Amino acid sequence: MSENNSNSRGPVPDGKTAISRRDFLSEITIGALGVAGLGGTAVIYQYFSPNVLFEPATTFRAGNPDLFPIDSVSFLQDQQIYIVRTPSGFFAVSAVCTHLGCVTQWKPDANRIACPCHGSKFQRDGKKIEGPAPRPLPHYSITLTADGELLVDKLQIVKSEQVLKV
Amino acid sequence: MATQIQTVFENLRGTRVWKSIFRRGPAVTNRTRSIAIFGNLFLHWMPVKVREKSLKVRAAYYLGSLSFLLFLILVVTGVLLMFYYHPATPKAYHDMKDLRFVVSSGVFLRNMHRIGAHLMVLLVFWHMFHVFYRGGYKPPHEFNWVIGVILLVVTLFLSYTGYLLPWDQLAFWAVTVGTNIISALPVIGNKVRFVALGGNIVGENALLRFYVLHVVILPLVAFLLIGVHFWRVQKDGGLTVRSRDDDGKN
Repeated sequence: MSENNSNSRGPVPDGKTAISRRDFLSEITIGALGVAGLGGTAVIYQYFSPNVLFEPATTFRAGNPDLFPIDSVSFLQDQQIYIVRTPSGFFAVSAVCTHLGCVTQWKPDANRIACPCHGSKFQRDGKKIEGPAPRPLPHYSITLTADGELLVDKLQIVKSEQVLKV
Repeated sequence: MATQIQTVFENLRGTRVWKSIFRRGPAVTNRTRSIAIFGNLFLHWMPVKVREKSLKVRAAYYLGSLSFLLFLILVVTGVLLMFYYHPATPKAYHDMKDLRFVVSSGVFLRNMHRIGAHLMVLLVFWHMFHVFYRGGYKPPHEFNWVIGVILLVVTLFLSYTGYLLPWDQLAFWAVTVGTNIISALPVIGNKVRFVALGGNIVGENALLRFYVLHVVILPLVAFLLIGVHFWRVQKDGGLTVRSRDDDGKN
C-alpha cells in the first residue's frame, strides 16, 4: 500500500510530492463519507432523543401545609415522593429507590421506608439503614408559594438538613 | 391406483406451467438431486449430501433446528397477536387482558407465544452449551460460533423487549430495573437510558420503542443472522461429529 503510494506520488519540478488523481479522489471520497457518517450518527441520535416529553411535571404543588399532620410521612403516588412533617418542619424525600429505581413504601409500624424489589431500607429522612441501595434517598427543594401552598421541585436536590419551617 | 397417480404426476411434469417453475427433470440420479437442491431458493444453502452420523439424534439433539422451529412459531403467533394489540398506554394492558379472556383462541396464542419464548431462550442456551462442550467453536467453526453468540444476545433482547408489552406490574418494574442497570454505564449511562426509553420514565414512549424493536428490528436481525448461521454450518463442513463418543458409543 505504502509502496503504491510512493510510486504514484512522483516528484514535481518545485520539489513537492505530488498525489495522483486516483489517490486524491479516493481520499476525498473516504473523508466525505466519514464526515457524512459522523453527521448521520449525530442526526440519528438527535432523532431518538425526544425534545418534548409528556411526563408528570417535575415542579408541583403538594397542597396546604395543614393537610399534613405533625410527625407524619405522606406518600404522593403520582409524584413518587414522601412529604415528611416533623416538629421542626417539612421536607420532601424521593420515594424512588437509589438502587434500581423501584418505588419504595413507607412502613409506619417499623418506622422505616422499605423497597419491595431488593429489600433496601431507609429512615424517614432518607438515610440508608441497609443496602443494596448505594446512596440515601435524595431530598427535593420544598418551598411555600405566595398563596401558602407547598411547592416541590424535583429537579433541585437539597441537603438533607434543610427543612422548611411553616 | 398407484400407477394412475404416477401417470397423473408425469403428465403434470409435462405441462408448460410445471416446466416454467422447475427447469429440470425428475430428481432421480445424484446429479439431478443435487441440481434440485441448488436450484431452489429455500433449499440452496442445504447440503446435497450429509454424513449419516450427523443425522443421528445424539449428534446435536436437533437443538439448533428446534430453536429455529420455535423462532418460526413465535413469528406466526406474534404476528397473529399484533392484530389485537395496541402499543399504547393503558390500551396495551387491556388488549392483553382481552386476548386472554375475550378473543377466540386468544389465550392459546398468547400462551403459545409466551411459553414458546421461554422455551426458545432455554433451547438457545442448551444449544450453545452443547456446541461448546462438543468443541463446536473450534476451527473452522470460529466465525459461526461468534454469529451464534450474537444470536443468543438477540434472543435475550427479543425476550426482554417482549416482556414489557403486556404492560402489567411485572413488565413495568422489570423494565424499570433493567433500564436503571443501563444507567450504571460509565459517563454515557444516563444518555443511553434516556434514548432507550425515549424519556426519563418507563412510559408510552418506552412501550412504543420496545414494541418496534420487538416486532420489526430484532426479528429482522435474527432472521438475517440465522440465514448466515445455517449457510455457514454447511460451508464449514457440516456439524462437528466425532467418530466415537467419550462413552464409546458410535
